[in-house]
Parts: sequence; C-alpha cells; structure tokens
Amino acid sequence: MAEAHPVGFQWVMEAKKRGAKVFHVDPRFTRTSALADSYLPIRAGTDIALLGGVVRYILDNELDFREYVLAYTNAATIVSERFADTEDLDGLFSGYHPETGSYDHASWQYAGHEGNTTIRGTGKERDSASGMEHESHGEPVPAQARRDETLQHPRCVYQILKRHFSRYTPQMVARVCGIGEDKFLELARAWTENSGRERTGALVYSVGWTQHSVGVQYIRTGAIIQTLLGNMGRPGGGILALRGHASIQGSTDIPTLFNLLPGYLPMPHHADHPTFDRWVDSIRHPGQKGFWGNSRAFAASLLKAYWGDAATPENDFCYGHLPRMTGDHGTYQQVLNMIDGHVKGYFLLGQNPAVGSAHGRAQRLGMANLDWLVVRDLFLIESATFWKNSPEIATGEIVPQECRTEVFFLPAASHVEKEGTFTQTQRLLQWREKAVDPPGDARSELWFFYHLGRVLRQKLAGSSRPRDRALLDLTWDYPTHGALAEPSAEAVLKEINGFDVATGRPLNAFAEAKDDGSTAVGCWIYSGVYADGVNQAARRRPRHEQDWVAAEWGWAWPANRRTLYNRASADPDGRPWSERKKYVWWDPDAGEWTGYDVPDFEKTKPPSYRPPEDAAGPAALAGDDPFVMQGDGKAWLYAPSGVLDGPLPTHYEPAESPMRNPLYGQQANPTRKVYEHPVNRVNPSPPEPHGEVFPYVFTVSRLTEHHTAGGMSRTVARLAELQPEMFVEVSPELAAEVGLAHLGWAHLVSGRAVIEARVLVTDRLTPLRVDGRTIHQVWLPYHFGREGLVTGDSANDLFGITLDPNVLIQESKVGTCDVRPGRRPTGPALLDLVGDYQRRAGMTPDRRVPIVTTDVLGGETAAGSTDEQTPEAAARDGDDDA
Amino acid sequence: MPDVNSRPGPPDPAADAGWESAPPRMGFFTDTSVCIGCKACEVACKEWNGVPDSGFDLLGMSYDNTGALTANSWRHVAFIEQPRPAGHRTPPFAGDPTGPATSSPSSAAVGAGTAADTGTNPGLPPGRPEPAARMAAGPEFLGMPGAQPPGRGTGADGRTDFRWLMMSDVCKHCTHAACLDVCPTGSLFRTEFGTVVVQEDICNGCGYCISACPYGVIDKREDDGRAWKCTLCYDRLGAGLTPACAQACPTESIQYGPLDELRERAARRVATLHERGVPEARLYGHAPSDGVGGAGAFFLLLDEPEVYGLPPDPVVTTRDLPRMWKRAGLAALAMAAATVAAFVGGSS
Repeated sequence: MAEAHPVGFQWVMEAKKRGAKVFHVDPRFTRTSALADSYLPIRAGTDIALLGGVVRYILDNELDFREYVLAYTNAATIVSERFADTEDLDGLFSGYHPETGSYDHASWQYAGHEGNTTIRGTGKERDSASGMEHESHGEPVPAQARRDETLQHPRCVYQILKRHFSRYTPQMVARVCGIGEDKFLELARAWTENSGRERTGALVYSVGWTQHSVGVQYIRTGAIIQTLLGNMGRPGGGILALRGHASIQGSTDIPTLFNLLPGYLPMPHHADHPTFDRWVDSIRHPGQKGFWGNSRAFAASLLKAYWGDAATPENDFCYGHLPRMTGDHGTYQQVLNMIDGHVKGYFLLGQNPAVGSAHGRAQRLGMANLDWLVVRDLFLIESATFWKNSPEIATGEIVPQECRTEVFFLPAASHVEKEGTFTQTQRLLQWREKAVDPPGDARSELWFFYHLGRVLRQKLAGSSRPRDRALLDLTWDYPTHGALAEPSAEAVLKEINGFDVATGRPLNAFAEAKDDGSTAVGCWIYSGVYADGVNQAARRRPRHEQDWVAAEWGWAWPANRRTLYNRASADPDGRPWSERKKYVWWDPDAGEWTGYDVPDFEKTKPPSYRPPEDAAGPAALAGDDPFVMQGDGKAWLYAPSGVLDGPLPTHYEPAESPMRNPLYGQQANPTRKVYEHPVNRVNPSPPEPHGEVFPYVFTVSRLTEHHTAGGMSRTVARLAELQPEMFVEVSPELAAEVGLAHLGWAHLVSGRAVIEARVLVTDRLTPLRVDGRTIHQVWLPYHFGREGLVTGDSANDLFGITLDPNVLIQESKVGTCDVRPGRRPTGPALLDLVGDYQRRAGMTPDRRVPIVTTDVLGGETAAGSTDEQTPEAAARDGDDDA
Repeated sequence: MPDVNSRPGPPDPAADAGWESAPPRMGFFTDTSVCIGCKACEVACKEWNGVPDSGFDLLGMSYDNTGALTANSWRHVAFIEQPRPAGHRTPPFAGDPTGPATSSPSSAAVGAGTAADTGTNPGLPPGRPEPAARMAAGPEFLGMPGAQPPGRGTGADGRTDFRWLMMSDVCKHCTHAACLDVCPTGSLFRTEFGTVVVQEDICNGCGYCISACPYGVIDKREDDGRAWKCTLCYDRLGAGLTPACAQACPTESIQYGPLDELRERAARRVATLHERGVPEARLYGHAPSDGVGGAGAFFLLLDEPEVYGLPPDPVVTTRDLPRMWKRAGLAALAMAAATVAAFVGGSS
C-alpha cells in the first residue's frame, strides 16, 4: 500500500500512531513491509491457504463473534444433502462437468431448494462473466430457508465451513505458504483479538489480489473472516479494495466492461433475455427479498436516459436497441480474435496493453492485425508505436512496412485539463475543476465521444436502416461551451443522477425512479449526486467543520452512505454493539434509524419487524436483515450460488506453479478460463512433467515512482530519473545459485517470451521452504516498455493468458520462469531460445493443458482410492511425475 | 566577517543577521520513523523550484537512484537495507532458508565492486571497493546490496532480521552557516526566517561554499557553474505557504513550522517511540550546542547518523578562522619584527 498508494497509506500510519498493529503479506519486502509490525513473505498464489488457516483458527477456537454470526449470516442455514465438498472429492465440489469445466450449482443450494439456481454448468456464465451478477443481485435464494440456531446440524453452513477448512492447520499453512507457524499464529491471534464487540479490524488489498486464476475466491476468503469476526458494516472494519487508478471504481459503476451496464445492471444475453421483461425479471427475481426488487424502475429509467422521447413503455423503452452478448467478449478473447483476424478496429483510451496487459506479445501481434486502431493518450505510448518499435520487429514477426493496421494517435487532455468526477474505492465521488486548458489538439474524453457521436449521427441522418435507429434515437443534446465546444460535464452528471422527464427536476434518490417512463436515470446508484439541483460531489466542507464521518465532503453512492450494510453496526435489537464502535442505531423514541452515517436500512423499519409470508422485495427484509442487497438479507459465509468456482474458497495452485497442490489432487482451479491458442502456451506444472524447466516463481507489481504501464511516468523526467531502468529483484541465495551479480544483467524465460533486466541483489527477497523444498521467487516491476525517457523490457510479456472464471481477470501476478545470467539474445536467436524452452518443456502445439488432475471423477473406485491417499502421498506422486 | 566564536549560539540567527522584528525561525523536522520512501518530496521540490534532472542512472543503492544531495537534487531520500532487528517487530525472515546477509561487512567490499560500470556521479566508482570496506569497518555498514555470493567463508547463520530505513535528507540551514560565512559576493544570505538561501543572480561560481559545508550539501551545477541548494522554499514562505516537500509528504514525515515548536514536538515523539520499544530513536541536529549551533532542519533517526551518510559531529568549518587569522597576523607581525630586528641588528 505504501508502494502503490502512498497518499492513502498516511491513514495506516495514523492508525499505527494510535496503536493499531499492521501486518503485511507480500512475496517481496516492500516499503509497506518496512513500516509494518509484522511481515509475512508468503509464496505468491497461496493466499487462500493463509487465510483459510485463519478461518480454521477462528472456528476451532470458537473465536467468531457468535451473536453477529447467528443473526446476520447464513451460518445456521442448512445446505442440500446432495452437496459434496472438496474434502470429499479431492479438490472438486459436487456438480462438476469436466466437458465444460464448470459447475452445476443445484447441489450447492440450501436444503429443499435445489431447483433454485439457474446455473447449470454449461460454462455460459463464465464466458459472459455473469457469475458475480448473481452475488450482487441476490441469486434466488429462499427467504425462509431451514436453519439450526444451535449450529450443530452436520449440514448447516457453520459445520460445513468447519469441515471444509479443517485441513488448513498452521502446519499446512507453513507447508503451502512457506512461512513459519509462529508467524501465522501471530497474525491469527492479532486479527481475532482485535475484532468483536469492542474492536474491529480492516483488511486491505490491492488489485493484484484479483489478478489470479482464483482471485475472486481470495476476496471471498477475506470476506468469510471479516464476517465471522463481525467486521462488516462497522466502523474500522470492512474489506478495502485499493483500486489501480484514480477512477477505476467509477469505471465499474458506469462500466467500461462488456458484461455490465451502469449501476451493475447486466448486459443482456441474446438467448436468455429476448424481451425487456425477461431481462428485468432475471435481475429482480419476482418474489425475491431485497432491494433488487425495484430493478424494473432502474432499467426502464436507464433506457429512458439513453433514448429519451423514443423510449416508451409501449416499445419496451427501446430495449431492442441495446446490444446483446453472444458469449465471451472479454479483452483477452478479443486479442486472440484480432490475431485470428476477426476484429477490425480497436479504441484504446488511457490504456497501454502492449505493456500493461498479460502476454504483451499477443497484444502486439493482435494490434498489428487490425484495419484501424485509435489511441488516445497523453504521450506516444508503446500501443501506438508497436508497429515500428517492439520486440517483434527484431524477431521479424512484425514488419513495419507491411503492418496493415492504420494507427490514429489522438492527444488526450490530462486530469487537470478537464472537469468531471473521480470515484474512488470508498465509492466517493469528488468533483474536479479544470485547472488549465489542454495544450494543442489535446481534448477531453467527453469532448471526443460527444463530437464523435455528433458526427456519426450527422452522417447517418436520414438513414432508414433499422440498425442505425439505436444511434439516431439517442438523446445527444449536451450543452457545449467555449471555443472548442466542450460539452458540460455537469450536464452529464445531472443525467447520471436522473431527472423527472416532464419537469426536468433532478431526482433526490433512486427510490424516486419509476418504471413508467416518467423518469430518466443514467446510473441509478448515483442518484442523489445532484439532489436539490446541487452538485453534491463538489462539496468540500473542511473536516474541522464536521464530524469524523465527514458526510459533506464529496458524495458517496448509494445515498451518500459511507459504510455499506451499516445496519450491522447495531445488534439485532438495534442497539450499538458497544459504545466504542457505535455508528448507526435505532432510536425507539423517534421511531427511526439514526447515527453518524446514512443508515443502510429503511429509515422507519423497526428491528422487531417481521415480514408477512408472501412479502417480496424490500418489504420482505426483516428488521434484523442488514445485508439488504442479498436474497436472504444475510452475509454469505457459504455462497449457494453466484461464485462459479465453488461455494467456498479452496486453495488451488496457480495455473503455473513449481509445486504439486499439497492439499488436494486437484492442482489448479478446475473452472479457470484457458484459451487454447497457438500463441498462448502455458508452462507445465505438476502433475504434468517438465515443470522443472521453469523452476522459479516470478511476480510483478508496482514501484511508487512509476504508474502502471509507464505512460504517465516514464515520460516525465522527475519520475523517470527516480527509477530509471528495468530491474529484477533476486535474493542473495538465488543470485548465488544462478550466478547473478548486483547491477549485472539477467534474462528471464517463460514459454511465451524472454526479457532482460538489471539485477538487484537484495536481502528484501528470501527463498522459502515449501513442502520440504526451497522455492525461489523473483520480483519485477511491470512499468517498462520501449517508449519514453527510460526504457526496458516489459515484465508482462512473460505471462500467458489464464483467467479467473468469475470475472475473466487474468492471472498476471504469478507465473513460472527460468532465470539466467547475462543479456538476452536478440533477433531470430530470441525466438530460438523460447522455442528451445518450449521443446524441453513439452509445450508442443497439440498439447492440451490438463484441467482436472484428480481421478475422483473416474468412478467409485477412483474416488475411494483418492480418499485413502494422504495429501503427502499425492504431493509425492506429483514430484515423481515431474 | 562575524566572529563565530563570540557566539554561544544565538537563538535567532535572523536577528543576528540584522533583520528587525523578524518572524520566528522556521525549519524542518524530518521524522524518519514514518518515512515511507515515496520520494514525493524530491518530485515536489524539483517541480516547484524548477530543478533539472540529475541523470537517469540505476545506482543499485537499494531504491535510491538520486545518490546524494547535489545542485540538481535538493531533497534526497536515502534507503538503507540492514540486517538488523527492528526492535519492536517480528523478524521478517525467521524460518526461511536464508544464507547470511549480503549487507554484512564481510561482503561489503565485494558488494561495492559492481559487475558493470554504473556510470554514476555521485556514487562509488566501479572497481574501487575500498570505500565500502572502510564504511563496513565503522560502527554500522550502510547496508548496500552486495554481489558476493552468500554463504561463502563467513559461516554465519541465515539472515532473519532485516529492516529498511528511509530518510529524506535536505540542507540543514545551520545556525552557524559556513557557506554563508565564506561567500565573497553576498549571494548566500540569511533570510528573515533564519534560513540560508543562495541568490542565483549574484553567485559568481567561486565554489568556496562547497568546501565549507560540513554536510556536503551545497553543490555546483556543472553546466552553469553556480552553486545551488535547498532554499526552504523562500518564495513560498514569503507567501505564507508550506515548503513544497513538506506539503507533498503524505505521512507527515517532513514537518515544517517554527523551530521552537518543532523541537518540542520532536522531543515528544522520541519519548513516545522509546515508550513503544524503539530505543534506537534519537534526534540529530536539534541541539543548539552542537558544532553548527543547531540545524534549522533536524531529524529523528533510527540509527547512528553515519548509517544515513550524515557526519556524526559536524562542525562549522569557519569555526577556527578567527583564531587562524589571529595566529597568521601574529606570525606576520613577528616576522615583520624579526625583519626589522635583523636590519636594526645589521646596522649596529
């Protein structure tokens, strides 16, 4: 955090000053570790083993916040008897379909409700990244599931959790992660001792955590701990996701993602959502408990904002104009499609995939095979010059004279040269004024898209083709100002906020949205940011003039709420859990919820409220159901549906690992997305042979001095001089093993690429003792490329493409490689070197990456024998194979 | 030239320099115990003061690629990797299959002998490991990563303890500032805030100040020949603003304010750290009784000053000048007398 978020880290330092204990988990000793009270150098990709150990520690010692867990989570809920755990199936859950590599969720459901789920293991949810939709939308779970309040029923969630994590002992944590048991216990003790009625603990992660083939489950494990310890919805608790850029939260709220529309409404699928009603019902689940019950109003208002007068209830608000998904349209599928010639044009705005995305070579080869490419950036970045300046030029894979892609480079205005909002990780929108005019031809994104749309509509005016209607029917009437005709960002914010169509009055809250076409709302969760016709995001009342929650600084969605699910900060009867941690509570005299924050609950619904049997939507939530967006109002320790790779997190090895999974026969995530493509060779891992060709683990991340792919820092002298060269950090032990010298050169080889870097031998890296072996890890910054004041090879070139099944995010924080002294070869010799490694590792074109590595699916006998086999034996088998 | 010996350490150098009704003396307190090494101070300083780059060289001195305070770097963040326990903290590498630390004295000499020409200036010249070896023999080695393959010859146990110190260094704005004393043009002057500033339009590039500075702070810019250093953002101070580095520091490691107040705050901070099991915390440059009469920019350190590249006992280099001039004068008189005596004697 100190490394990539130094400004936010001031609050960690502030907490430390007040006595907080800071633990830092990272494969490399960073600037954060230097300031932490304890540092845990775990093996990259073993976070679930570490956190699973904490879950076991909590359950075994009964250190959970029992009242909170009983009242606010699904710990007592009883699960279907058809459910089988990874403990029973050697690393697989019940319902696995080997042919599609996905799960049928029927057996994961609550007892008696096996027919609830819509996920049937076809892999479609994975391709359209729609699994998580169900978590945020409340996958249809019954409001009245069977419960055992004593938590003794063998199939209640609490007992399932206990069995599932029983193997994650301190010894196992040490064996998998490579840290001492003492260290692990120090963490577990501190975490549990600083949680409960009087105290709360926070878990902070950065986006690197998501970049794993089990990334979503990493965060799930954290959520299980924080829920068991009662750290959710309470001050000083929570799980804080540090985002990688200034407004990445904003770009998921109003998304630049293929599978979502603003406000987390799902992009419709052509087969599943043929009509507006079908689409809306798939979001709100008629009869379902919780706030998604109102989603018809949000969806109708969004379409009304898009298509204005043309959108009427009679024509389903122009639902027919909305694009449809037909499958996987994720960025990596697109890149492979480009290589295969299926994609003609590409817009890049503030993104530099030639350096910043996994498998840089695939990115560049894809971009070199387009008709046109538009790059809008502050500087001439690698993604704009790949056709004349990339590693593929030297190898002859891209010939500048023959590259067919026509590249248009358009200079962009920086954040100080345009107005608008940033939405940061706390969902806080902060308005930003323009400080200076952009230089020369540089323009804002708003200007670019507004005028692009205007010109396109001009060109199509008079067209009678149905396909042009969607564009021609758009409301495209933003006021502009100045010599450059800059559109008004405030007008856009007003539309996002939503307004009454007849009067133009801005809405004050999303509750005012209607499904009859009388309101238009650009993003329902942002409704209220323009309440009372005032730009609430521009509020900057100093902290000395308000309380510590600082509700009048900017505006947080939803409804200016600073902590989500804050009903959980009070006990079931509505009283604060403790005076020290009081936040939101029920005022019986006033008959309403009150507190420091905006209560995340219906204002006048008393804690004693119990819904009638037939209630649906928000009315079906009881007075002690704080998790109001969930289908049952409870926090889910166990996810009966929605998470595509399992109802509970399980440690799987990364897609590329030098180790056999010490826990289960199943080596890696059985539902991970693998692209079998000639350009995408995955290094072998046990139990496949030849893993030893790539014996070292590498991980990449950021330096404070640079920003992501370097487009904004390698180009600026004052930053570039602070970290002027690509380097690789190695431990003294590895340096001795390989023969590397400090400040000398090394090159790293994977099955995709070879890159070179200067060597930094440092005590900050350490070898690890893992499962009786010594594992060396190296670390690289991923900021470097071939343009700018300082240049170097790109670390992301080393990665292949393997994705998390839930969100299609690439595993680009851990891989295997070989490390060799000296500089890399150039030209054709470079390809020969990679080819030689591929040959030695058996990475032939016809090889298929093994997905299932346990024979438990092979029938009764196989399952029986696996049960008898100890994990140690399984690990030995793996080593023998290797 | 003022007689520094006659001054036991005036509490107010601005008044001493002739300012009437000067504002309180302003300064920096840099608390290295909360420094996160982000280098925002370096960047903010360069941005505000228009300081040019100081070269794009990978120095291999941990994350320090600035190297030292120079004419083109008025803030410098030092990074020190040490095989030392951080006292209050659990040993980071306990239980790991490590060899001995590279940053131990035994490997220091080899560590300094880099494999390639770093082409750096400043920095250790390649192939001359002696300075590093000398440092290693001192009370504490600076802790540079070394190239010596570990585990050879030392027989030491595996490294378990480790700490990474970071410290943002700056001009000390001494109470007795030798640079100011020796400046022949009056380019260097004492401001009303008690700080020491070079006026670049007056500096003639004589370079006397450079050898006079006991900390090696002030430096000549190669391409224009003039001397440059931190101004403590004199222009910002005049406008009631905080210096750029302190303004940018996210963790309040660099604190700016009236020196008296900072000294009190620093004393409290040291006491707190001692209470919390950090006995190694100490102040540097805060005492008016030291060799420069106390610094206007002082520090809280977690180790000996030498570890951070700071002189342990700095002395204003002009301290002995009056005595030397007196002696020289006496000697001249004596010579003159002897000469006269010789002539007188010869004529008799």
